[in-house]
Amino acid sequence: MNLAIALWLSQDAVTNGAIYALIALALVVVFTVTRVIFVPQGEFISYAALSLATLQSGKVPGTIYVLIGGGIIVAVLDGLAALRRRSLKSLPESTLLNIALPLAIAAAARWSASRPDDLLLQVVVTIAIVMPLGPMLYRLAFQPLANASVLVLLVIAVAAHYVLTGLGLVFFGGEGLRARMFPALQFQVGVLTISGQSIGVIVTALVLIVLLALVFGRTTYGKALRATAINRVGARLVGISSEFSGRLSFALAALIGAVSGILVAPITTIYYDTGFMISLKGFVGAIIGGMTSYPLAALGSLAVGFLESYSSFWASAFKESIVFTLIIPVLLWRSLATRRSEEEDDS
Amino acid sequence: MMRRALVLAALALLAAAPLVLPQFQVTLLNYIGLASIVTLGLVLLTGIGGLISFGQAAFVGVGAYATAVLTTKVGMSPWLTLPAGLAVTLVVSLFLGFITLRLSGHYLPLGTIAWGIAIYFVFGNLDFLGKYSGLAGIPPLTVLGWRLGDERAFYYLIWAITLLALLVTRNLLDSRNGRAIRALRNRGMMAENFGVDTARLKIIIFVYAALLAAVSGWLYAHLLRFVSPQPFGINDSIDYQFMAVIGGATELWGAVIGAALLTLLKAWLRDLLPRLMEQSGNFEIIVFGLLVIVMLHRTRDGLVPYFARLIPTPAQRLPKKVPPLPPRTQPKRDESLLQLKGVSKSFGALAAVKSLSFDMRSGEILGLIGPNGAGKSTVFNLMTGVLAADAGEICFRGKRVDNLPGRDIARCGLARTYQHVHLVPSMSVLDNAAIGAHLRGREGVLSASLRLDRAEEARLRQEAACRLDWVGLGAHLFEAAGTLPLGSQRMVEIARALCADPLLLLLDEPAAGLRYLEKQTLAKLLFSLRERGVSILLVEHDMEFVMGLVDRIVVMNFGEKLAEGSPREIQSSPEVIEAYLGSVE
Amino acid sequence: MNMLEARGFGVSYGKVSVVRDAHLQISAGQIVAVIGPNGAGKTSLLSALIGLASAHGSIVYEGGNVADLSVEARVRRGMCLVPERRELFGDMPVEDNLRLGAFSRPRRGGEAAEDLAAVYARFPQLRERRAQLARTLSGGERQMLALGRALMARPKLLMLDEPSLGLAPRIVRDIFHVIADLRRTGVSILLVEQNARAALQIADYGYVLEMGEIVLEGPAAEVAANPRVINTYLGLAARAQ
Repeated sequence: MNLAIALWLSQDAVTNGAIYALIALALVVVFTVTRVIFVPQGEFISYAALSLATLQSGKVPGTIYVLIGGGIIVAVLDGLAALRRRSLKSLPESTLLNIALPLAIAAAARWSASRPDDLLLQVVVTIAIVMPLGPMLYRLAFQPLANASVLVLLVIAVAAHYVLTGLGLVFFGGEGLRARMFPALQFQVGVLTISGQSIGVIVTALVLIVLLALVFGRTTYGKALRATAINRVGARLVGISSEFSGRLSFALAALIGAVSGILVAPITTIYYDTGFMISLKGFVGAIIGGMTSYPLAALGSLAVGFLESYSSFWASAFKESIVFTLIIPVLLWRSLATRRSEEEDDS
Repeated sequence: MMRRALVLAALALLAAAPLVLPQFQVTLLNYIGLASIVTLGLVLLTGIGGLISFGQAAFVGVGAYATAVLTTKVGMSPWLTLPAGLAVTLVVSLFLGFITLRLSGHYLPLGTIAWGIAIYFVFGNLDFLGKYSGLAGIPPLTVLGWRLGDERAFYYLIWAITLLALLVTRNLLDSRNGRAIRALRNRGMMAENFGVDTARLKIIIFVYAALLAAVSGWLYAHLLRFVSPQPFGINDSIDYQFMAVIGGATELWGAVIGAALLTLLKAWLRDLLPRLMEQSGNFEIIVFGLLVIVMLHRTRDGLVPYFARLIPTPAQRLPKKVPPLPPRTQPKRDESLLQLKGVSKSFGALAAVKSLSFDMRSGEILGLIGPNGAGKSTVFNLMTGVLAADAGEICFRGKRVDNLPGRDIARCGLARTYQHVHLVPSMSVLDNAAIGAHLRGREGVLSASLRLDRAEEARLRQEAACRLDWVGLGAHLFEAAGTLPLGSQRMVEIARALCADPLLLLLDEPAAGLRYLEKQTLAKLLFSLRERGVSILLVEHDMEFVMGLVDRIVVMNFGEKLAEGSPREIQSSPEVIEAYLGSVE
Repeated sequence: MNMLEARGFGVSYGKVSVVRDAHLQISAGQIVAVIGPNGAGKTSLLSALIGLASAHGSIVYEGGNVADLSVEARVRRGMCLVPERRELFGDMPVEDNLRLGAFSRPRRGGEAAEDLAAVYARFPQLRERRAQLARTLSGGERQMLALGRALMARPKLLMLDEPSLGLAPRIVRDIFHVIADLRRTGVSILLVEQNARAALQIADYGYVLEMGEIVLEGPAAEVAANPRVINTYLGLAARAQ
């Protein structure tokens, strides 16, 4: 290995690590606020990447049907719940949010499909399609069981991963897609060629991380989410509902997933189940942070990026095995550092 | 009787099936058997123990690849490759269990997902494992010279092993360690306080589940006589976990129900859905996912209860009269029993116990009283190893115990009850009480699985029944503990503590929630215990109850000892009155 | 006028019932005390009134049944619980804890700032500790913060679960003064206390809860003079004097 290769691998590592870091942050947000180990995070990535690539090929992506279908189911369930309570006050809002909004987004998607060169529009539409899926998923799969144990929620999360992956296969098929590169920029720094794509990824990730830090540190809603993460009962007693926090954290996770998907779409070919593998690497990062620490999760994700990048050079066939084996020493360290066995959670 | 007839009928059906069914359905039944073996391990691990693994398919793979490599490359006999595969699985699962099971519950599933994916790619990339194209030419099994060359012959082997696994697992659960396993899920702290090494037990059931998976893999390799990485990936692990969830854990045969349902559904959907979609792919995962979500929204118990309703529950009987367990020798009266020296504990800035010291002599009933929040329960938790003290020493019969884990303190002869009842609600009253006698038995997991523990088990159960009778619950032995009124649940806790035959009994508000007459009975019970030399330390709020019962009182306030003395001295102490009544003026 | 009336009110966890067929009434502007031994169901009663535990029976608050509403909806209508465990946001500064107390109210202009100043005026110690994390507070300060956070919601009905728990007498005295003072501002208060004497001293009306049932009720002075209550709850003093 010479310097040029090392630098090139490092660039690759930081680029991928930045994406894993974003995903790890989403996983930590969702876990601390709702206690859900959010396995389906990867599907948002696949959905976004495939939707973007489909829009670029001038077609309307199938995810729009997932959005419309999910919206209809939510609206029906809300309607039934309202009937049971004999109060129809919440219905107009639910209809607007779950039926009118998805239809509007579908219309935007049609328009965008007719303009295959308008990259900005494609990005906006892709985010608009994927982001509402987060709160919908929360409403359908998790909200009815908000008080269940972490393990029950994990099983639900895995089941949701199955459903979303399967729907991805239905709407995008087994073929992979790759989005077009963003405006090709290249810099030459010494022996290293820095691609505009890498810079785009890193800058976007940094901006998003700073934005998230501001949201959590400064805004009332961000603080409300943190309050729920710190003390669920306390949060409910000041009027922060678990539903509200759940939907908001899932919306954030879906937004981060969508952005990650858009960022990776031009770098690799994405299949309906690629997002799962990407998100699992984010998981490795999040586990390094103990599922609760943001800075450690971000650093862990960078480590995953480097490990992956360098092992793909030395032992490319075992790249995946090496990355996933990384969590063994991490768990070993955590386990040895824990003196007593931690408290079990009541179900 | 009805139950036995049903079991016999089911066995007869199972035996006759391959003789009458077409080949394709025998194959399906074989797959159901293979999946049942894996799922059974998960029912124990997840359903009963409350632990989740997403790495079972990888253990199946280890069992399958071990025999594939050793038979095709080394020419070993398949009957030797089975122990080899089990040995590898044992090492891997022990290691994984060791590093994840001491952490909180979600690390095991995450650790096993990572392990499962890592090993899948190892299978697919190693030359000597045939990479993604796999290994062919695995020899068939021969049993007593009979070559199991076809599906029908193999069927009997698979189902014999499935039934054997069910039997062994049932035996395991119906034992001293079985009770402890059933307490793992939500009552680990309580189990530790009665001498159970919960971390070890968690590792045991994880290893047990992994070994079952490896057996299934070994069978699979010889049934197909070909292995490739495909059936050992993360999705297969998820399928096994779903089978356990859908079958449910209230009965072990839920594993067979879950395995059968999902295997059949998968076969049907794999045929149907691609035709509907007009493209190929594993669309059945959508249905599986929806099934699990809808199911968990409605019940956590799986499908088994719906089937179990059709089967009469066997009448429970007490064991025949057996020699009682040998009691402990109580120390002589008025020896130094318990000493607290400058014990302190803070939670953050909150000092719950501040430099607390008091002594207790054997044969005493000592009352620990004080306003709510004075730190009494914290003292109990420090004494029983639930919490670690920040400073100070706790000695029991001259031996320092504050640095010991709860289970070793229990060994010294301390038994306790809890302010908030810690029973296993779904387990019978008798089994709940018998957990208390855990340390008075010796039989291990292996002897229990082989039913070699019956003599000791009968004595443990008799002890529990006897103590329950003592506290007035003799008529409720086989009811689920969670269905009793709260007052009776407290009495079960006392019976459980008595089963440990303690030298020192710690009672945390035993009279709370009891009616007047029940309190009288309790007081009588405690007096008779003292007659037998048992020392008692109790936290209680009912002053009338305390004053009439105890020899001496320690009063706590703000984590500190405020006063100490006879009930009479305490009642006339101005400081105590001031502290207790905290008048507003 | 009734602020709150619970009728045929019961709480059970699984098959075990902890409160049975209670009838409870709080008139506007009153302090009502519920006393009883540990394990009588006092905490369960409050949890169910605010909606944290599920209950059966009706809960009429300001003339409307709130039994089907979520905790958050009840909080928005002005019901507020200061729980026994305080349930503070330990990893947040004191001031953020207080500001979140106003989460349920529409965020308009300077109202929240005014309320914050009022809470600081009432508990000057909290102002000194405003930037400190809540988990670093002492027991008394935690109770002040819990109370302050509840006041930020401008409650109409304030429910207090064992406000004297684990506090030194001087601080208990302060807290009870604050409670008595709050009534003067028109807040109705439901006070659950183990410290029966202190509670009955500031209350207008009292209930005695034993084993999940209300066994006695009446004007606070009458309850405090009841021989049975004296014997059971004020017993230590009665016997000593």
